[in-house]
Amino acid sequence: MSTTLPPMSQRGFLRWLWRQLTSMKTALILLFLLAIVSIPGSYFPQRGTNPILVDQWIADYPRLGPIFDSIGLFDVFGSPWYSAVYILLFISLIGCVVPRLGVHWRAMRSQPPPAPKNLSRLGGSTFEIEGEVATVIENARELLKKDHWRTVIGQDADGSRWVSAEKGYLRETGNLVFHFSLILILVGVAVGGLFGWRGNVIVREGEGFSNTLTQYDAWGGGRLSSAESLPEFSFTLESFNVEFERGNAQEGAPRLFEAKMIVDRPGVEGSTTHLVEVNEPLVIDSAKVFLVGHGYAPHLIVRDSKGQVVLDDPVVFLPQDGNFTSTGVVKVPDSDPQLGFRGLFLPTSAITEELGPHSIFPAPDDVSVFFGAWAGNLGLDSGISQSVYTLNVDDMTQLGLESLQVGQTWRLPEGAGSIELTGYERWASFQIASDPGKELALIASILAIVGLSLSLFIQRRRVWVKIGQVVEVDQVTEQGSSGTVKVGRVKVEVAGIAKASGHDAIEQVDNIVETLKGQTA
Amino acid sequence: MDFMNSVELVQLADASNNFIYATMVILFIATISFSVSFAAGRRRVRRVEVSPRRVLVESSGSEVRESEGSLAELDPGRRAANIGMSLTWLAGAMLLVGVILRGIWAGRVPWGNMYEFSISSALGILLVFLVWSTQRDLRWLGLFVTIPTLLTLGLAVTVLYTESAQLVPALKSYWLVIHVFAAIVGGGAFTVGAATAGLSLISGKGWFTQLPSREKLEGLTHKVIAFSFPIWTFAVVAGAIWAENAWGRYWGWDPKETWAFITWVIFAAYLHARSTAGWKHQKASVIAIVGWLAFLINYFGVNIFINSLHSYAGV
Repeated sequence: MSTTLPPMSQRGFLRWLWRQLTSMKTALILLFLLAIVSIPGSYFPQRGTNPILVDQWIADYPRLGPIFDSIGLFDVFGSPWYSAVYILLFISLIGCVVPRLGVHWRAMRSQPPPAPKNLSRLGGSTFEIEGEVATVIENARELLKKDHWRTVIGQDADGSRWVSAEKGYLRETGNLVFHFSLILILVGVAVGGLFGWRGNVIVREGEGFSNTLTQYDAWGGGRLSSAESLPEFSFTLESFNVEFERGNAQEGAPRLFEAKMIVDRPGVEGSTTHLVEVNEPLVIDSAKVFLVGHGYAPHLIVRDSKGQVVLDDPVVFLPQDGNFTSTGVVKVPDSDPQLGFRGLFLPTSAITEELGPHSIFPAPDDVSVFFGAWAGNLGLDSGISQSVYTLNVDDMTQLGLESLQVGQTWRLPEGAGSIELTGYERWASFQIASDPGKELALIASILAIVGLSLSLFIQRRRVWVKIGQVVEVDQVTEQGSSGTVKVGRVKVEVAGIAKASGHDAIEQVDNIVETLKGQTA
Repeated sequence: MDFMNSVELVQLADASNNFIYATMVILFIATISFSVSFAAGRRRVRRVEVSPRRVLVESSGSEVRESEGSLAELDPGRRAANIGMSLTWLAGAMLLVGVILRGIWAGRVPWGNMYEFSISSALGILLVFLVWSTQRDLRWLGLFVTIPTLLTLGLAVTVLYTESAQLVPALKSYWLVIHVFAAIVGGGAFTVGAATAGLSLISGKGWFTQLPSREKLEGLTHKVIAFSFPIWTFAVVAGAIWAENAWGRYWGWDPKETWAFITWVIFAAYLHARSTAGWKHQKASVIAIVGWLAFLINYFGVNIFINSLHSYAGV
């Protein structure tokens, strides 16, 4: 090798590094690190779950915001430093657990170690019983075997004979299963991240949706997921039922969400009707359709200056608070000049000095919509794509403000046209998701719990039964050429230990002693 | 619901509240009893400095066991501890009735909001302690269990109290029974474990001379956490299964999920520390307490201070 360092020391250094990384102390420190680096993810809003709050946070703290953003505080669980910690932890885990696999494999196939010379040093119990050495030993062994101990029989140099027994191998098996299951969970998460996808769509009552990319309001998929291979299906939101608490306790809290959907899918004759609720998603092939939100869509008719209808549609308004004070925007590019409205939909209207117009109950008990109207250029031709929920009023002039109840019409100033509130509809928002890794993650989680329980509740124990000498000989029987059999009283020693600190084998030893005594009694 | 029925239900609600107030009174007296016992024990130890604190006795055969009972002559301290223990049993029974009545009133499991979760958790702490006390003498631990239970109940009836109501749709699932029950039992055991871990740090020092030895307390802490860690793991996994069914993803780093994960990681660190040279003793106990603090943050902090999907029903 042409490196400046001698190959041995380089290998030595790598080995040293590996040993450091896979040591228990490193694992401990990495666990602490993992706990600590998770904390900002719970404190700062995260892009993955709440992108709007993130933007708001950055806008509120213009100096700190961009800095925090650049170091990943708004995407903690996808940041390089977070990944570094858990990847190191998993390398440490693999390095720690893989060698133990071999050790455990050999331990499972090997026999329990011989009994220690001096059993009395381990405490335990000494007693005398009637019997013959070989029979007592055989009895003890049978007894232990029946209780699922692994046993071996042996003889010391001084002639005393023993049974050595060991139990609780499942403890280490459980431990290994647990740690390997953690790796499997990570694989499941990775599979979901790479091949999974998730999209959101708002559907009004009576409206339909078919599962193609263009129909989604938002769609995101893993690096290896394909938007072309979305499962084929379509549905219509027939009706959406919602009920709110009207009693004093928790007034306004939702009590029922229920979307009645008519679903068409290939291979299924005709349409099927499904009721989708919050905890009851609709499963279609690899995808699941979840009901995640709902709101109101006021039905508006806008006429231009000549009295022509230029818009006749329910417009989706987004709820801003628990009482469904909702905001929305109406853009009418086909009138001259172009018209734009900002609206505030109140299902149960109230006005206070402090809050202005707002809703005091989520159900449509007293509906009104507050409008601000603008005329001019909506700026839709500028090439920059606009959100349907924001109105760019840079090139527009405000015409005025008005509130409408159902059936009312507002004639805009300067003969610019009119807007009429004819009613309202409900909409429901759905999340449609597919995660091919979730089954693997679930199976691995169950394995992890089983392994963990085994490793914590099973104790590894060793017990020994030893017969030192025959105390007194009642009779000596000839037995062919093999010699003589001594029958009489034998001194039996029983002792045991548990491997884990804080545990012992007293109960097991007591059991063996009692049974052995009972057999001869 | 007809009129008579609702009158009966209102009475049920009052009854539940009364049982919980009664529990608090009894627990308060139990706390005083345990404190008296604690103070008396301290005096006694100072008085009988000559008698060795640990006596090795020969019992059946040649086995050697540690005697805890050598000082257990029925002095005032012991009597007070026994009274405290009996009162804690009574409080546990009263609280059980209070929680069950609340459940009947609401017509569902009694952990649909923070108030109910708190009274159920208080019951969880007491039950873990009481069941365990049938296995071994835990009178010395009584004071350190009744105090956190009393605090939990106090917080529940003052800050967190909510009239019972139906569940929001997101909570209407049998996973509410499984997931939250596991969290309550796991959390109750973490609390008991934090108490023994805390005591192991001060055992033998200053006032705390008549507690079990430090090693013994560390062993007990390990046992409680070995019991609660798999339950907590199960609670997290059950929550993930529920989340997949309700929100369309099994893990989304919602603050509640994040802190459940942090709690899990810290207790995993505790179990590792227990088999790492140089970390087995005080350091492990400190980790157990930190883990319990993470559990508390998850329990109160996330609902009250952080915007989370788990912020339900008033709080």
